[in-house]
Amino acid sequence: MSWWETVRSGLAAIRAHRLRSALTVLGIVIGISSVILTVGLGQGAQREVEDQIDALGSNLLIVSPGSSTSSSGMRGGFGSASTLTFADATAIADSDVVPDAAAVAPATTSSVALVNGTTNWTTSLVGTSTAWPRVRSRELSAGRFFTAAEAEQGAPVVVLGPDTAWELFGRRSPVGQQVTVNGTRLTVIGVLTSSGASASGSSEDDLAVVPVSTSSRLTGSTADTVSTIYVEATSEDVLSAAYQEVQALLANRHGVTTAEADFSIATQASLVETANETNRTFTVLLGGVAGISLLVGGIGVMNIMLVSVTERVREIGLRKALGAAPRVIRRQFLVEASLLGLTGGVVGVLIGVVGAQVLPRFIDQAVAISALATIAALVTALALGVGFGVYPATRAARLTPIDALRSE
Amino acid sequence: MSALIALDGVRKTYRSGSVGFEALRGIDMTVQTGEYVAVIGPSGSGKSTLMNILGCLDVPTEGHYVLAGDDTSQLDEAALAAIRNRRIGFVFQQFHLLASMPAWRNVELPLIYAGVPRAERRERAEAALARVGLADRLANRPGELSGGQQQRVAVARALVTEPDLLLADEPTGNLDSASSRDVLALFDELHDAGRTIVLITHEPDVASRAGRNLVIDDGLITSDRAASTLSGVGAR
Repeated sequence: MSWWETVRSGLAAIRAHRLRSALTVLGIVIGISSVILTVGLGQGAQREVEDQIDALGSNLLIVSPGSSTSSSGMRGGFGSASTLTFADATAIADSDVVPDAAAVAPATTSSVALVNGTTNWTTSLVGTSTAWPRVRSRELSAGRFFTAAEAEQGAPVVVLGPDTAWELFGRRSPVGQQVTVNGTRLTVIGVLTSSGASASGSSEDDLAVVPVSTSSRLTGSTADTVSTIYVEATSEDVLSAAYQEVQALLANRHGVTTAEADFSIATQASLVETANETNRTFTVLLGGVAGISLLVGGIGVMNIMLVSVTERVREIGLRKALGAAPRVIRRQFLVEASLLGLTGGVVGVLIGVVGAQVLPRFIDQAVAISALATIAALVTALALGVGFGVYPATRAARLTPIDALRSE
Repeated sequence: MSALIALDGVRKTYRSGSVGFEALRGIDMTVQTGEYVAVIGPSGSGKSTLMNILGCLDVPTEGHYVLAGDDTSQLDEAALAAIRNRRIGFVFQQFHLLASMPAWRNVELPLIYAGVPRAERRERAEAALARVGLADRLANRPGELSGGQQQRVAVARALVTEPDLLLADEPTGNLDSASSRDVLALFDELHDAGRTIVLITHEPDVASRAGRNLVIDDGLITSDRAASTLSGVGAR
């Protein structure tokens, strides 16, 4: 009996039990499509993060305050202490001490409400220096950034993020308009271009940037502390040198060893790595769940094939009496199981690919479909059919024709 | 002339745990090509076991069975399957047709396993169905045919490979008397055309149609004679 003949007879057997075959295949369909989608989601997220590092540039160091210890002994997370000061930023900017730093921008962050007439919008107010656009790789879509003189004076000027500008002014051009913050009128002098979400997930497009002295005046803060110091290395090659210089300088200034540092330094690459690690963990976790559903699907195929063998004992006996060798019977049932697996794989891939197009509209997350994952899914589905078909097929092949014919 | 079938000291013992049951206790028999032989015996006599061995569905525990020159006693399942396919056509009491297939597909089944190409299979299946008088029922499924017609499809399936031996196990057991006559008449025709037929039955009427009757009882052949004698005794 030829292979083609066997495949045709397998298809006929599957068609003869349409509903049962469809339900069997369903397990594999769900397994394969969820594997494709979870792997796609993981890869989509990873690609997004990688795109961001490309956009931001990879020679950025981000210095954050270390953890704080309250009087009751509770330790906060990194960033909870106020150990970084403007003096620290100024010291890093000294090209003799940190020769590999090209630009330094300290930044304070606070939450304020911006008011334009009857419209108000709460956003984060960033107080910083003129180096900020450079170290953050940000550009302006309209107007200009504040000048050193304005920074010096604490001039009442503000540069808005694109989302903030849209919320306050809609389609109108904000440049030259006024916004009020805590009763102080600021003139909008520029609007930033969009940068998309950051690696940490918060939007970099909704913010208001002012000179640092303006910021302290607006928020009434008198403290000399900053929440972040951005340091741009002169090139990617000297990033680790710059890292060590900044680390040594700050440890020295704060009178601590680097092991017990009250600050932390992250590179853009390390942030991306962290984000990717999280993504990977989720992908593995979800992929594992999807893999289990595949396994369950495979067991479903075996179950149905065993039922099919039991149900068709007489048919098997007859075929053997008419001259089918055990090998031929085994092949027939194996092919049937493989066809079930393969059908499930093909339908699962189709659903996965369609899902990858539809899903991003609902969850704001890109889904990447890789050819490799698709092929692997199809091969897995086929292997499931074959693997879980072996036992039922062997049982069918072992039936003796007399017993099989006699059973009722 | 060499015999088509030659059994020499055939014994068959079924084991169930430590208990053995001897279904055949030493059968010697020969059947020449072209003979029409009925094997008769009450249930439990061993005639089904004999039929299984004649049909290469089972092998003897002891002794030899030579079919058309091949000793089948030592063959494995695959080789037996090939012999069944080439040399033997089966007709069963329960017809054993596949309900999901039309008549001609049922008839072509043995040809699939013989590796006959598709077009030729259909042609030969149609010819075999025409031979048993069912040329107009090719596409009917078994469920759409009467019992007699179903058994004739089964006969067509048995004939389609042009086997050396037609082996029928209680072929009229599930048929009404009109259909039985029908099928037996077909067997007579096939015999007249030179086919070798071994028919297993417990009905003397059916056995009387054969040229020769073998009576089997308790695993042994107790009588081997021309059919007319027995039917004379049984009928009147």
